[in-house]
Amino acid sequence: MSFKLPSLQYDYKSLEPYIDAATMEIHHTKHHAAYTNNLNSAIEGTSIDLQPIEEILREVSKHSPVVRNNGGGYYNHNLYWEIMSPKGGGEPNGTLLKRIQADFGSFAEFKDKFSAAAASRFGSGWAWLVLRDNKLVIFSTPNQDNPLMDVAEVKGFPLLGLDVWEHAYYLKYQNRRPEYIQNFWNVISWDAVQHRFESAR
Amino acid sequence: MIHELPKLPYSADALTTAISAQTIDFHYGKHHQAYVNNLNNLIVGTPYENATLETIIKEAEGGIFNNGAQVWNHTFYFEAFSPNPQASPAGRLLRLIESDFGTLTEFKDKFNKAALSLFGSGWVWLSLNNQGHLEISQESNAGNPLRKGLKPLLTCDVWEHAYYLDYQNRRADYLPKFWEVVDWKVIADRLG
Repeated sequence: MSFKLPSLQYDYKSLEPYIDAATMEIHHTKHHAAYTNNLNSAIEGTSIDLQPIEEILREVSKHSPVVRNNGGGYYNHNLYWEIMSPKGGGEPNGTLLKRIQADFGSFAEFKDKFSAAAASRFGSGWAWLVLRDNKLVIFSTPNQDNPLMDVAEVKGFPLLGLDVWEHAYYLKYQNRRPEYIQNFWNVISWDAVQHRFESAR
Repeated sequence: MIHELPKLPYSADALTTAISAQTIDFHYGKHHQAYVNNLNNLIVGTPYENATLETIIKEAEGGIFNNGAQVWNHTFYFEAFSPNPQASPAGRLLRLIESDFGTLTEFKDKFNKAALSLFGSGWVWLSLNNQGHLEISQESNAGNPLRKGLKPLLTCDVWEHAYYLDYQNRRADYLPKFWEVVDWKVIADRLG
């Protein structure tokens, strides 16, 4: 089995003006494609090449750094595309909103805390909203690590992930990562996040 | 002690065969300046308020280390470039490279491999170790070989901000251009 680069459910230009078409295209066809190809090369003919990506990541400490880096890169970008939409933005509702309010006080407080986690990650990495023991937590990971990995400091099921590698925003925002983070809120598909929340429970 | 951004030793458009003026403007004028500003803010009221960058690199942790090391690293990176570089090493530096790596080409290949395989943000270094030999090392994020007692001679910034406007995902295209603007006279002076 080999992993496939997923097609996006929207056009590269459809997240403009928040994320530009050039960034989307390079991010998907170059960066994500490279993680996918490198992962496939690394696991080809090994005992894990039939495992789902989640299972590989859960025991990633048993594998080479190449599997950790590219397996993480493959999964994380799948999630990133999934939780964005041209019709995104606004606020979640229903059970997810209630859980956010219960665990963070309010949606605004949640937003501030998540944005701060994304802004303060030094170097390359991701900010996460994770469901752990039926509770929401926010934290960030370096490089392509994620909360499914046994090597992660905080483990759980990722509901929302924000890529803060410079390649995610540099063509449009350059050094202004906080502006990218602020605009990310306009493209989050809360339907997709809600769906992940329900499937995790 | 107030840390200051040193003046760039050439104009922003002096390296355009390798690095665009736009990249220099952001990299030097924004990123490098931000590390200087962050460091000055962070050290107030700490044991590092009057410390040199070298002391900060060797001893500090967290934000003070990250910003202090990034100030040092960026100055070191930019000062090694020239619009009219000495194109290859000579004398003692060349002899060291040849005895430790075989040839200049083999050294560059090894350095490039280290730069390409560094995952995430970081720096690749050529340093002199305590035994008088040259070594190549990879450091993540703000890492700097001074912390391990090595004497740094040359560095390549492989944070994406160093090359993304000019080369996007193609780090492999940035590296040969990087070599075109390295001034080996500066590296020889650092070796002393």
